Amino acid sequence: MESIRKKAKELLEGNVVQVIIGYENGTSNKVRAAFIKDASQVDRLIYDERCVQNLAVYLTKHEVKHSGKMGIVATIPVMRTINMLIAEEQIKPENIVVLGIGEDGKLLEFADLHVMEDYLKKAKIELSAKDKEAIEKIKKMSVQERFEYWSKALETCFKCYACRQACPLCYCTRCAVECNTPQWIPVPASANGNYEWHMLRAMHLSGRCVSCGECGRACPLDIPVHLLTMHMAEESKKMFGVDAGFAMKMDSVLSTYKPDDKEQFIQ
Amino acid sequence: MEIERKLIKKASLEKLYDKLKANGNKMFAPINKDGKTEYHYNPSFGEVTFDHIQTVQSVKNTVFPKIENLIRFKSDKEGTDVTEVDLNQIPNAVVWGVHPCDAVGFIQLKSIFMWDYKDEYFNTRLSKLAVIGLSCSKSDEYCFCTSVGLNPGATQGSDILLTKLSNGDFLAEIITEKGKEIVSASADLFEAAPQEAKESNLAEVKQKFSHEEVTKKLKTAFEHPFWVENSLRCISCGACAFVCPVCACFDIQDETKGKLGKRLRCWDSCGFKLFTIHTSGHNPREVQSQRWRQRILHKFSYMPERNQSYGCVGCGRCSRACPVDMNIQEQLIALEKI
Repeated sequence: MESIRKKAKELLEGNVVQVIIGYENGTSNKVRAAFIKDASQVDRLIYDERCVQNLAVYLTKHEVKHSGKMGIVATIPVMRTINMLIAEEQIKPENIVVLGIGEDGKLLEFADLHVMEDYLKKAKIELSAKDKEAIEKIKKMSVQERFEYWSKALETCFKCYACRQACPLCYCTRCAVECNTPQWIPVPASANGNYEWHMLRAMHLSGRCVSCGECGRACPLDIPVHLLTMHMAEESKKMFGVDAGFAMKMDSVLSTYKPDDKEQFIQ
Repeated sequence: MEIERKLIKKASLEKLYDKLKANGNKMFAPINKDGKTEYHYNPSFGEVTFDHIQTVQSVKNTVFPKIENLIRFKSDKEGTDVTEVDLNQIPNAVVWGVHPCDAVGFIQLKSIFMWDYKDEYFNTRLSKLAVIGLSCSKSDEYCFCTSVGLNPGATQGSDILLTKLSNGDFLAEIITEKGKEIVSASADLFEAAPQEAKESNLAEVKQKFSHEEVTKKLKTAFEHPFWVENSLRCISCGACAFVCPVCACFDIQDETKGKLGKRLRCWDSCGFKLFTIHTSGHNPREVQSQRWRQRILHKFSYMPERNQSYGCVGCGRCSRACPVDMNIQEQLIALEKI
């Protein structure tokens, strides 16, 4: 924690960055995002096991990115998201300084983002036992059982879009669900509308999701929507050998076409 | 009318619940399931909880459903036929065990839906709804009813308010004519008022700020740097608005299948970027700080001025549900001091 504060102070005092995006104590034993612009405020920064929000969501947020160059406290999923945002040209590497948090919870200083790429390639990255178990359980269901499971789980969704808003890779200024000529997805939070929305979200994140789990954590109704995108991440890896967020250059799985595609139908 | 006090024993309460259900009322009551408390339709009395702090979602959907079918239509070359929705089909309902904050939520919603234009859908649902309140015996740090002029035993908005007494029986306060009718129809279940004071059975919720003072401060706070400083972390989802018992913004959507269609009213939120975007592409609330300011100003400045009602009951749901700790109580305490 002290090392993060020290580094943040150094970066702000040296005017290397204009804002540090990190974690601070919130209300009721919660932690939350902090935006430190003044070196005298760095003591607000904390880091412990409660700090799991994917802060990369703020890198593309209008009022944050217009603060100037950003330093960001980045756990492994956040580092992967940064790579994805660079690969998709949403942020420029020169506008970001990463205060990495390693697997041991200690501060990692990267000379540049290529060093971060190398670190990620060696890091041990796995889904949590709880998520793994939940995904396996759903995979073992018959198609009918699975359909019923998701129908029931998604039934209560009221389309507050916390899942989308919490996701750093759902950065579209106008989401497909908000396009109405034509209307792709029904707006009402009805059974069909909910189903279509969550399937669309999962497909749009296929091969892009870094499995941070933020969408599921954000859901006020505890719908495990993160399992959908995590499963699609697994599938993308299996089918196309693509694991999102390990490099700053990456082709998008579902929008890249090759003449020698293994599938017949596309040729 | 003057509030009448009676006693109802737990066993009699079950009979009352079952009788209301048997009379064809759609019962909406809180139950504990999968580690959280939510309202469900027609649970058995045994499932209903009496000691929860707060449900995740409010009970506003009983009068303002997340999807309200406004009209049906059929469109073809000949023209369009519109069929009104038969509001008589809306069943009588009882919302059971709502805490005083939520009961007041109905009054605040009424100040919106019955303000200038009288909304028939809302009004019909409300007129067919009986509110059986339940005083709070527990609270948590998110509760702030006493800061918005209410309290854990407030009677406003309930037709009957129950308060659990130390021996497990209930004090029943009969507040409205509707409440009186329910009691008269089951007079045998009620007994003479208990001696025990209601107040000794209520949760303690300390007052943290004065809502009147906040309203005063907001009158000149529009351009204050507070809004940007305190909303950078807000991710502009609608969780706060959708769990709120008073947020009433909606969107009208037409859903068609072939020649047939429905016009639907769906929940919307001022937190969404799309909420105020013009067809020109211009958005008067372009950034999140402006949208967060709107949320607070609407509830604590515009509503008191226009609707003679606040837009917040201090239930704390928005703060519990917020994925990024936008705690409204914390912000109101700070706003009182700006």
